[in-house]
Amino acid sequence: MAIREKLSGNEAVAVAMKQIEPDVVAAFPITPSTEVPQYFSQFVANGQVDTEFVAVESEHSAMSACIGSQAAGGRTMTATSSNGMALMWEMLYIASSLRLPIVMALVNRALSGPINIHNDHSDSMGARDSGWIQLYSETNQEAYDNFIQAVRIGEHTDVLLPVMVCYDGFITSHAVENIEILEDGEVKDFVGEYEPLHYLLDRERAISLGALDLPSIYFEHKRGQAQAMINAKQVILDVAAEYERLTGRRYGLFEEYMLSDAEVAVVVLNSTAGTTKAVVDKLRSRGIKAGLLKPRVFRPFPYDEIREALGHVKGIAVLDKAEGFSGAGGPLFTEVGSALQGIANVEMTSYIYGLGGRDVTVDHIESVFMDLKDRLADGKGNKITYLGIHE
Amino acid sequence: MAYRFKDTSKIPERLSGGHRMCAGCGAPVTVRTVLRAIEPEHRAVISSATGCLEVSTCIYPYTSWHDSFIHSAFENAAATISGVEAAYEALKRRGKIDEEVKFIAFGGDGGTYDIGLQSLSGAMERGHKITYVCYDNEAYMNTGIQRSSSTPLYANTTTSPAGQQRFGKVQFKKDLTMIMAAHDIPYVAQSAPYRNMKDLYEKSKKAIYTDGPAFLNVLSPCPRGWRYDTPKLMEIIGLAIDSCVWPLYEVEGGKFRLTHRPKEKVPVREYLKMQGRFSHLFNGENEEHIEEIQKIVDSRWERLLELCEES
Ligand SMILES: Cc1ncc(C[n+]2csc(CCOP(=O)(O)OP(=O)(O)O)c2C)c(N)n1
Ligand code: SF4
Ligand SMILES: [Mg+2]
Repeated sequence: MAIREKLSGNEAVAVAMKQIEPDVVAAFPITPSTEVPQYFSQFVANGQVDTEFVAVESEHSAMSACIGSQAAGGRTMTATSSNGMALMWEMLYIASSLRLPIVMALVNRALSGPINIHNDHSDSMGARDSGWIQLYSETNQEAYDNFIQAVRIGEHTDVLLPVMVCYDGFITSHAVENIEILEDGEVKDFVGEYEPLHYLLDRERAISLGALDLPSIYFEHKRGQAQAMINAKQVILDVAAEYERLTGRRYGLFEEYMLSDAEVAVVVLNSTAGTTKAVVDKLRSRGIKAGLLKPRVFRPFPYDEIREALGHVKGIAVLDKAEGFSGAGGPLFTEVGSALQGIANVEMTSYIYGLGGRDVTVDHIESVFMDLKDRLADGKGNKITYLGIHE
Repeated sequence: MAYRFKDTSKIPERLSGGHRMCAGCGAPVTVRTVLRAIEPEHRAVISSATGCLEVSTCIYPYTSWHDSFIHSAFENAAATISGVEAAYEALKRRGKIDEEVKFIAFGGDGGTYDIGLQSLSGAMERGHKITYVCYDNEAYMNTGIQRSSSTPLYANTTTSPAGQQRFGKVQFKKDLTMIMAAHDIPYVAQSAPYRNMKDLYEKSKKAIYTDGPAFLNVLSPCPRGWRYDTPKLMEIIGLAIDSCVWPLYEVEGGKFRLTHRPKEKVPVREYLKMQGRFSHLFNGENEEHIEEIQKIVDSRWERLLELCEES
């Protein structure tokens, strides 16, 4: 039975955490993710969960403790943002290479410097090659739903990879929305018991983890890790199908909004997809065939499926809330570009927007669609546009 | 029961031989002695920082460790084992585990005094039931003998080389054992694997069976970095102890206790003389530097005696 609740994104994720009731949560405060461990430690203090909460002295130690705990055989979670994730960097790669399905709430915030507490995606985009599955969430509801599904995805024996659930700092983390949550028992049944294959506390068998790999084997281990990421795509879909049966809410690799007959489309992650939907509706009412593709899964990147979904669109603007410093467009742009390689007659353009929390309005998004239309008419336009920048 | 090496040496090894640490290295002697203090019927989970010990004892697909073992990085053996212990507490509470498991982290001086100090301090402050053992060889040996904050004054290392103007490391050795004692954790000790291993064995036993965090700082010489002949391991350790360069003591519930008082204090030069890393002090022109080291050793020793109420 679904329960309707008014929750902020952080509350929703903390509630999901409570309902999952992992063995260990290890976390360190940083705006805007701080509330997650705060709410959670209150659940611990009230005896609402019997999770071991480890208030570590840094994010490096948060991820290190998560690694120790998950390796020991405990289901383990954390939450962080921005510089917190940057401090975990070294350990992110080690968590994924040890094939530990830790789940992290990554509340997107601009990475220093300059220091800035507001939302963009420079933190998670920088970690895109760390071997973590990345799920993005437009709304509080999606953050909640993704967080619960993340457990099943990561722990699947075809996968065994850590998962980060990304949602926008303040915009999603702090804004309160009406969402539907599951009953505790439904969540418990959905995630099930954690049954690790190999773990340090196994009484039957001692294991060694984190061995030195010489050149004769390192490559094979990395290949195995790459395969796990490839396998994750199907698992993500299977878990989503099961979740849909439970909740009626449908999830895939990405969401298409008015895309099937679109002439011009925007590709954008997280909360800005909501703004874009409003613009699409407005433009459609004016007879403009506008559409949206909102990736949910950025790692593994659904190249084939995105190619299929966007193949017919004539003008595509990919909006990145991160500057990848490639000199050739944002990270999402370059991924979508390679998904579409070889398709003739598509105009693609990169927009960098909203860095450090710069507001992005419906007018901005509308201008993107109008520029796309002009571009289709005269073939002219920028390769990269900094949307809403004060020039 | 009184300690007898004849008995403890019969306790089954938990670190297999055949690992790749150098002959004459103190670290594996330290590790084996510490692990012998775990009751044979108890299981343990061990974490290690990156360093000589880790890269030599766990090379895929081999492991020397009989207990479950985890290495994750250089600066976080304490944080990693704290996560393992947290999972154990949770699983025990949930009835998924009921046996006694001991948690031990090993780190070199680099991984403990320097890059891992924060992680160590955090784990100790949080009160995890873990024993952290620093095998102190006074430099970053694994990367080729670079200085650490544990490297003693005037030791020659590859990043504190003796030259025309400088005489090795220009700073003192950090006193980590005192720093850990200041954490007010239940048990802190300074030891070394020496003679019949009694001191280290008994301190390890106390540390591992303390209800709460414990820290052991164990001098573990490195023949490559210190430049001594491999058979001289025990002699070097003996001189470190008897010259009071490395006093043996423990701090239990805040109370300092000397566990060995040299019958006769050996001059530091005897200890320094045996090691190539100090050879530049013995060219006839640098006598005052040896004197300077002697003074520092004396003053630290006096301070320790006061703390132990022995003076
Ligand atoms: C973050 C990080 N920085 C540097 C290194 C390189 N490194 C590996 S082991 C080591 C030195 C280890 O010294 P110590 O802890 O004293 O152990 P020892 O090798 O002397 O036994 C260094 C610098 C690393 N692995 N990780
Ligand atoms: S280099 Fe030194 S510390 Fe490392 S294994 Fe050899 S003797 Fe031991
Ligand atoms: Mg060392």
